[in-house]
Amino acid sequence: MDINFVIEKFALVTILFSISLVIAMYSTYAERKVAAFLQDRLGPDRAGPFGILQPLADGLKMFMKEEIIPSNASKWLFMVGPGLAMLCACIGTAVIPWGQDLNIGGRVVPLQVTDINVGVLYLFGVVSLGVYGVMIGGWASNNKYSLLSAIRAASQNISYEVAMGLSIIALLLMTNTLSLKEIVAQQHGWHWNVIYQPLGFIIFMVCSFAETNRAPFDLPECETELIGGYHTEYSSMKLGFYLFAEYINMFVSSAVMATLYFGGYNYPWMDTVAAHVSPNTAALIGTVILFAKIFAFIFFFMWVRWTIPRFRYDQLMNLGWKTLIPLAIANIIVTGIVIAVVNKF
Amino acid sequence: MESLSNKKKVLEQKPLNLAERMYLPAIVKGLGTTMSHFFKKSSTIRYPEQEREFSINWRGMHSLKRDEEGRERCTACGLCALSCPAEAITMIAAERKPEEKDLYREEKYAAVYEINMLRCIFCGLCEEACPKEAIYLDGPIVPSDYLRKDFIYGKDKLVEAPLEK
Repeated sequence: MDINFVIEKFALVTILFSISLVIAMYSTYAERKVAAFLQDRLGPDRAGPFGILQPLADGLKMFMKEEIIPSNASKWLFMVGPGLAMLCACIGTAVIPWGQDLNIGGRVVPLQVTDINVGVLYLFGVVSLGVYGVMIGGWASNNKYSLLSAIRAASQNISYEVAMGLSIIALLLMTNTLSLKEIVAQQHGWHWNVIYQPLGFIIFMVCSFAETNRAPFDLPECETELIGGYHTEYSSMKLGFYLFAEYINMFVSSAVMATLYFGGYNYPWMDTVAAHVSPNTAALIGTVILFAKIFAFIFFFMWVRWTIPRFRYDQLMNLGWKTLIPLAIANIIVTGIVIAVVNKF
Repeated sequence: MESLSNKKKVLEQKPLNLAERMYLPAIVKGLGTTMSHFFKKSSTIRYPEQEREFSINWRGMHSLKRDEEGRERCTACGLCALSCPAEAITMIAAERKPEEKDLYREEKYAAVYEINMLRCIFCGLCEEACPKEAIYLDGPIVPSDYLRKDFIYGKDKLVEAPLEK
C-alpha cells in the first residue's frame, strides 16, 4: 500500500464526511423552508440573507444548552446512544460510487471510498445497525416513553427491512452483482433500474421512509403519544446528534436510491457530453448530476413529510407485513420469470 | 326526529376499496395539493419592518382631543368614567382660570385624567358616552411594560399633541 493511496482515501473520506455534515446541516434549514413554503409561510429569514445562517445559529444554540443526564439513567449507554446513531449514519456513504474515476497526474482515483463486492449487503448492515443508537438511547434514558419509542423504532425497522431486502433481491436478479460500482456502471445513460423495476423502487422507497423514521412513519418520535420519543431525556448536543443522524440517514438513503434505481452518476446523452469535455470534467459533471438527484430525493422526503399524516401503529404493521412483503415477493417471482424467458429467447 | 335543516348526512362506514387501500392515489393527490401551495404567495407580514394595517373600526389607545383652536375639549363631566364597564377611567375636575382660556375650551376641565390600561377592555363606550367628542380610541396598540403602575396613563400620554401654529 503506497502513501498516495492513503492520502487519496483519507482526502476522500474527509470530503465525504464534511459533505454529509454540511448537507445534514442545511437539510434542517431546507426542511423548515420547505415546510414554510408548503404552508404559505416564509420560514426562517432572520439569520443572514434568506436565513442562510440559521443552521449555524441552531448549532450554537445546541452547544450552549445545558447538558442533562437523568440521575437514574445508565450513564455510559446514555452517552453511547447518540454517538452510535451518528456513527452508523455516517459510514453508509463509504460504498456509494460518487462518480466515474478521476485521472490525477496519471493516477486513477476512484470516487468511491471502497468498492467491496458486497456493497449492498454492507449498506443493509449499516442501516440495521442504525436502530441500535435509537434502542440504546431509549433504553438508557430510564423513561417509559423513551423505551416505548425505542421498541417501536426497533420493530418498525425490523418489519420494513424484510420488505426492503426482498425488493432489492428483484434488482439483484437483474444486475447479478452486489457491488454498487458495477450496479451503477450497468445503468449507463438511460438504462436506469427504475424503468425495469418500478414496483421494486416504490417498495424500496416506502421502506427507506420507514427506516429513516421519517413521516409518515415517524412513530418513534411522535409528539402526540410519546412526548419526544426516544430523545425525550436528551438535551444539548446529544439531542443535536440524534436530530443530525436523522438528516444524515436521509441523505444516505437518498444517495442509495439514486444509486440503485436512478442511475447514480449516469445521465442521458452522457456520451455526447463526454466526447466534448475532458474525462475529469465529464466525471465531475456526473457527480454533480448525482448530487442533484440526491437533493431531489431529499426534497421529496420533506415534501411527503409536510403532506401526509402519520400512520397508526397497526396500519404501519399491516402495510409492512401484509402489503409490501407479498408485493415484493410477487415482484421477485415476476422478475425471475421475465429474466428466464428473456434469456431463453 | 326529523332534521330541520336537512343538512344531516348519515355516513356509513364502508370498507376501503382497492384504490383507497393502496394509499398511493390519495398520497399523490395530497402531494399535488401541497405543491400548489409551494408556489403561492405567502401571506406573512414581516412584523417589525412591515405592519398590518388596522381595520377602520379598530379601537386602540385612547387620545384626548383638542378643538380647532388647540384647546382641550374635555370638560371633566365624568360620563366616560360612568359608562366604563371596567372602571378604568378616573379624573379630578378643576375650574378654568381666566388666563387659561386658550388651554381649555369649557370652564371646567380635567386636571387629572387617568386610564388604567390593564383594566380597559377597549369596548369604546367612553367614546360613545362623551358629549364633547373629547375621547377617541384611535391610537395604536398599547405597548407592554414591566410594572403595573406604568399602565396607568395620565394626561401626559393621552392628550393629543398641541396644534402647530
